[in-house]
This record gives sequence, structure tokens and C-alpha cells, in this order.
Amino acid sequence: MKKRQMLHAVAAAMGALVLAPPLRAAGAGIDAVLRQYAELVHASYADSLAAALALQQQVQGFLAAPSSETLRAARQGWIEAREWYGQTEAFRFYGGPIDDAKGPEQRLNTWPVDESYIDYTRDRPDSGLVNNPKAALGKAALAAANIRGGLENISTGWHAIEFLLWGQDLSETGPGDRPADDYVDGRAPHADRRRQYLAAVTALLIDDLRYLVAAWAPANKANYRARFERGGLESLRLLIIGIGALSRAELAGERMEVALNTQDQEDEQSCFSDNTHRDIVNNAIGIENVWLGRYRRRDGSLLEGPSPRDLVAERDPAQAERTTRQIAASIAAAQAIQPPFDREILGSRSAPGPMRVRATIDSVLAQAREISASAVAIGITRLNMVKPPGKP
Amino acid sequence: MSAIPPTPLRGLLLAALLGANGALLIHAAERGETLAENEQTGGATTVAATGRNAFSFAAANLDDAERTRFAVGNSFFRRNWVEAPSSTAARDGLGPHFIARSCGGCHVQSGRGAPPDYAKPLAEPPVALLLRLSIPGEGPHGGPRPDPIYSDQLKTLAVPGVRVEGRVTLTVRTLHGRFDDGTPYTLRQPRFGLTGLAYGPPDRGLMIGPRLASQLIGMGLLEAIPEGEIRANAAQQAAQPGPVKGRPNEVWDAFAQRPMLGRFGWKANVATLAHQTSAAFVGDIGITSTRFPQESCTFTQADCLGAPRGAKGDGPEIDDRTLGDVIFYQAVLAPPARREPDHPQVRRGQALFERAQCGACHRPSWVTGDSPLPEFASPALKGQTIWPYTDLLLHDMGGGLADGRPDFLASGRQWRTPPLWGVGLIRDVNDHQQLLHDGRARGVLEAVLWHGGEADASRRAVLKMNRGERAALVRFVESL
Repeated sequence: MKKRQMLHAVAAAMGALVLAPPLRAAGAGIDAVLRQYAELVHASYADSLAAALALQQQVQGFLAAPSSETLRAARQGWIEAREWYGQTEAFRFYGGPIDDAKGPEQRLNTWPVDESYIDYTRDRPDSGLVNNPKAALGKAALAAANIRGGLENISTGWHAIEFLLWGQDLSETGPGDRPADDYVDGRAPHADRRRQYLAAVTALLIDDLRYLVAAWAPANKANYRARFERGGLESLRLLIIGIGALSRAELAGERMEVALNTQDQEDEQSCFSDNTHRDIVNNAIGIENVWLGRYRRRDGSLLEGPSPRDLVAERDPAQAERTTRQIAASIAAAQAIQPPFDREILGSRSAPGPMRVRATIDSVLAQAREISASAVAIGITRLNMVKPPGKP
Repeated sequence: MSAIPPTPLRGLLLAALLGANGALLIHAAERGETLAENEQTGGATTVAATGRNAFSFAAANLDDAERTRFAVGNSFFRRNWVEAPSSTAARDGLGPHFIARSCGGCHVQSGRGAPPDYAKPLAEPPVALLLRLSIPGEGPHGGPRPDPIYSDQLKTLAVPGVRVEGRVTLTVRTLHGRFDDGTPYTLRQPRFGLTGLAYGPPDRGLMIGPRLASQLIGMGLLEAIPEGEIRANAAQQAAQPGPVKGRPNEVWDAFAQRPMLGRFGWKANVATLAHQTSAAFVGDIGITSTRFPQESCTFTQADCLGAPRGAKGDGPEIDDRTLGDVIFYQAVLAPPARREPDHPQVRRGQALFERAQCGACHRPSWVTGDSPLPEFASPALKGQTIWPYTDLLLHDMGGGLADGRPDFLASGRQWRTPPLWGVGLIRDVNDHQQLLHDGRARGVLEAVLWHGGEADASRRAVLKMNRGERAALVRFVESL
């Protein structure tokens, strides 16, 4: 048989089954999945905002009466708030409200931070915006200073707050250990400016989270959510790109493969608080939320509804099941990673820490492939299952 | 110029394989088989991307191991280097003199750096815009002859204990003109100078060439255009009547250790991404490497010469493997797909683009071959029909644009045709659209108005266009 004939034969045999024409708005399928996704995104940002407001309260308590107890409470507020924000990263990477041309992602979550851009470091006692009396420290000024003159010149967002609460991580076994006295007049230079900075940068974080909540709020004919819910297959494609890019490019690539390769503390996301292991777990959970159309809210209630998994299962139940299992396996693997992450990545490839990180990477890579295959099963092929690097 | 049509056979085969093997599904998807023909800016490498991250995606057809290398390279591209001695030995060795702490400091999001605000006096040293320096005569390997004290570019930053070389001064001239339909326009022409020089006066014949950091999409594809094809195109231009006579630059390549056809930089003064990247590491960040082992301190800069070296002692500050990863990262950055190629206004603009002969230099399409230094590139780049809209040749662009500073074979009036792909996404990625070598042009139309010399007839054709035609032309260019 000539090659051409053979191909025709193969195609004729399989073509009808495998060409997977795009889902037309067959029934309520896609639209219901998009509505549930929008509901889930809104709930996730709302929880993230609520947790950030709780953090702000702790920060205000700390700033009003700096002590090791109030500082500990503020740090706890940060760690709790990160649990919720981490899950929202599954809504990135497709030019939605978080990271379109106006999106606040760079202001919210850029890393790694050049500590000396914000405040003093061990080697540079006078450095940073805090110690430069000419630098304005309002919300607008801090936002304008963010990523100015260099990608690590980060003045705002979660990791700026993290540094202001913990300080540099100079300890091999624990996180940073900034003294509460840094915020007490007369005990540390520019304590007043540090207080002003922390208050403003926390308020800015809340502004940005409010913006995201509004972009996804229901019953608004003019916001992003309204357009998204009308977007049909294209919106479904964006949803898939979000979880695919977070899997392959960000979680596996940027967060773990690079760190494992360089074994450098600079390559862990939440290096001051040693909370990187939770960043990884929460990203993995965020992906599962989207895939299953299910989200356990901060108040313990469960949001549940039509999901991309359901759409895939209609076409290819085995594929849907493989994807579900692989995503769950990634979460389990990520949960096995031991803190602190900057110690976990050290040692030979066969040491327990690097093996645990490697296992998580391998699972997330497999998951990215399953997500791609699932997308193709429902007729979505224009996928950039890649990385937007750069952005953290 | 027509692209190779996708064969129906290939589509069928894929469909068959897709059914047979789940793993292959991904490759099909990532190869963008379903991007329409006229959207595939970079062939199978093309990604469907807009927004902040539009210039940050890896080629769609890379394999997993290559994606890992891309991630590692990106990390070293983006993150800051720090001065020695430091606690983070992985990225130690900044300076002594430098202009940026990372590649990404200028090429923000692998995109285009922002020039200074030409409407205001210069408040701080420009970051993404550097000043190349040279003096009359020929330097090593036939390149520009560096200033004896300030070398080949001004370094506006330094590590503690070392003086910065000097500061940049700026004056801006405003020019006024009118389209033939009476619509007025203004153009801004910046002139740069030096002041506050720390190591005494430079040579009297000093020439200054401002250079803005460009977006990096598709670099590996441009590198893989066969040299013979570029030369053949130059010969074809030479044989035709009319003013357009593109010339190849011939430059020394430190990796190939021979003269090669220049492709990169505003004057096509660099042949390979490897050379470009290593030269920028030492020239811009002060990071030495195997091929560029010397810091750029000159003999009178005692504080520079005496500054501490990076943690690796006498070894290069960036090792070969890491450097290779950074080069690879840039080589496989994907061009984003075209937007709305079939929109009527885009179609109209395309016809106007052709009528104004823009494509004589902004040659639409090429087919890639082998990469010249395969260890820094991917086989995925080969055999792609790409649409960069450049001939990679030098053209006399007239006095208005000239910087008067020769570079290898490029004269002070010649510039390399810059690729047009991605121009419409610079705003998404970098919040501005300042074009040309010093960022003087506010958008595509101003850039066209600066075209003189060999391109003067094209500029005049655009001056004749009415408002609707001008808008269509710009829309077409921004769709690329």
C-alpha cells in the first residue's frame, strides 16, 4: 500500500471517532461549566480578600503595639491569607483580570524580592525605600516604585509584606527573624517609616484584591465575568490554559525545576517565611478546584457544580479519570515536601529531599500532559502549555 | 511570497495518531496545528498569546527537557546579579561597572525596554537605553575602535567603592511636518551626550550611539535563516533598479571564531545569540564568561580594576552551562500568533503596505534552516516558515535617523531592518510603544515618518495616504 493510501485508510478507520469536533453549545454544557468556574473564581478571590482583611487587622494591631506577640499574630495572618491566595493562581496566564495589560499580578505576587530595595539587609544597613527619607511611602508611590529599574526591585505585594514581617532568612533551619523592635521608635532607625510602609503596602494589596473580586462579581453586565460567561469555547480554552500553564510552566518549571537545578535559596518563592512548601500545595489544589468545579471555602462550605471534568468525561471517561487521578497525585506529592523548602532542595539527586521535589515535578508534568489531552478530547487545541516565565 | 500550505495528508495523519496515542495529542496541540495559516508567525513554534506574557512563552513545539532548560535559562535571564562578595554565590559577580543587574532589567518581560521620557529632563540614568561609544578607526577584528578610557559603552552604575563612569545628558529637538492631507505631526529627535565623567575626558573624536533594548521573540528563528538566503536576497536587491540596496554586515563572532554575517543588534553588528548574550553579560552587567573573560575596566580605572571578583575566583562569573541555558532561553522564545489577520482593515493595510513597497526591506517571510550553534538552539526551530518582516540587511536610512557611528561594515547612516513581528503587542507587554533605535518614535506611524534614505519613497507614499489609509497601515503592522 502506498503511503498516501495507507494514511487514507487509517484516517478513514479512525477519523470519525478521533476528530473530536469542538463542543457546540450542546445543551447547557459549556455555559454551565463557565458559570460555575466564574462562581468559583469569585468565591476564591472573595476568600482571599477576607483573609487579607484579617491580615490587615493583625498588621494594624502589630503596628499599634509592636511586640513579639503581635508580630507573631501578623505573621500568622500572612500565612493564613496565603493559603487562599495560592489557590487563585490557577486563574492566571490567559490575560484575564489578574494579568491582562492592566492586571495587578506584578504588584501582588512578584518574587524573588531584592530585600535591599525595600529595607536594610545584613550587608547594607542603610538600604531600601524605608531608609531613604526622600522616598514617599504612600500606596501610589509604592505602586510606582514596583519593578522600577529592575525586575527584582519589588516594593509591593505578598512578598514585600512577607519581608517586612520576617526579614531576611539567614537561618538554616527556620525562617527570617526580624525583631519587633524594627517598628519601635528609638530602637531602630526609621521605625516610623517602616510602620508607614507596612500599613500602605497592606492596604494596596487589599485594593488589588478588591479589584479582582469586582472583575468576577456576579450580576454585573459590564465586568470581565459577564464577557467570560458569554465566551463559549474560547472561555473554556482560557480556563484550560490557566491550569495548564500553572502546571507546566510555573509550578513544575519556575517553582521547582529551577530551584532543584540551582539549589539556591533565591529560587524559592516564600523564602523569608519558609512557607514555599504551602505555595506549592495551594497551587496544586487551585488546579484541582478548577478541574473539578469544586472549592472548599474559607467558611468551610463547599461550592460544587458542572466542571471541565464533566465535559471531558462525556467524550472520553477514561481520559477524564486519568486527569483527575494525576491531579490528586500531584497534591499528595506536594504535601510530602518537607519545609523548609530551601533545605529540601539540597543534596544529591537521590537524597530524600530532592527525590520528594522530583516526584512532585514528575507528577505535575504528567498532569500537564493529561490536561492537554483532556482539552484535545473536547476539541480545544490552541494551547500554550508553556510558561509565562517572568511572572512569578 | 507564499507559505507552504498545510497538507491535508499531514492533518489526517495527525488525527489518526491522536486517536492512537494520548501522548501525541499534546504535541499536536502545542504545535498549533489549528492556528490558521496566516496566523502562524513562527511556523510550528507559534503561540497564541496576548497580554503581559505575550513575549514570554517557549516555542510551542519544544519537548519537556527543553522546557526545563527554558525555565532555568529564564531564571538566570530575569534575576538580579549581586556584587561580590555575597551570600548568594549562584548569582555573584555584578560589575564593577554595569548598567543593569539582570538581562530582564532592560528586556522587561523579554520585551522592549522603555526609553527615557523625552518630554521631560533626564532625572535618572536611562536603564534600557545604553550609549555605545567608539572613536574613529578600526578596532579588534574590524569592529568599532573603543574609547581608550570609557571603552565601548558608558556604564552608568557601579558597585560600592567604584565610581560610575559618567552621566547621560539629553537634548530633544522637535520637528514639525504635515501629511499631504494637511494633518500636522510632530517628531522628536533626541541627542545624547556625556557629563560628570569620572576618569577624565574621552577621546576628542568620541562617537555616541544610543541603543534601546529590543523584544526577544523569535531570535532563534532569525538565527536559523540560512546565511546564503540572506546574501541571495541582498544580491537580488542590488540587481534591481531603485534605491533599495541592502548590504549584509560582516562581523567577528567570538563563538564561531570567524567573521560571519551580522543579524542582531541595531546595526546587525552581532552574528549569533551566543555572542550577543555573552557580550551583554560582560558589557551590561559585568559578568565574565569563558569567551569574554575580562571585566571591561580600562587601564586608568584603578578602582574598577581593584574591585573584588565573583565568588568563583579566577573562573568566569557565569559558567558555560548556565550561560548556555540563558542563550537557549532566548533562542526559543516564541513569536505570538498574528491577531485578526482577516479583518477588513488589516487586509486593507496589507495592500497599502505592499503598495508603499515596505516589503522591499521588511521582507515578510523566510524558511529556517540549521542553527549555526546547535548546542544553544533547538531542532524545533528548523524548517519553519516564519513571518518576521525583515531582510536582516543594512540600509541607509537618511540623515534624520543617522547616529554617525559606524559598526563593522555599517555606516553611520545605515541600520538593520528591524523585524516587525510582535510590534503590536509591545504595549501589552511593556506599557509603551516607543520604536526605533533610541525609542524616539511614539508608535508605528512616527517610525515610518523617520524613514529616509533608501526608504524615502516609502515614507512619501505614506505621507500621501489619508487618515483611513494610515490607520489601516498601522493596524496591519500591529497585527503581525
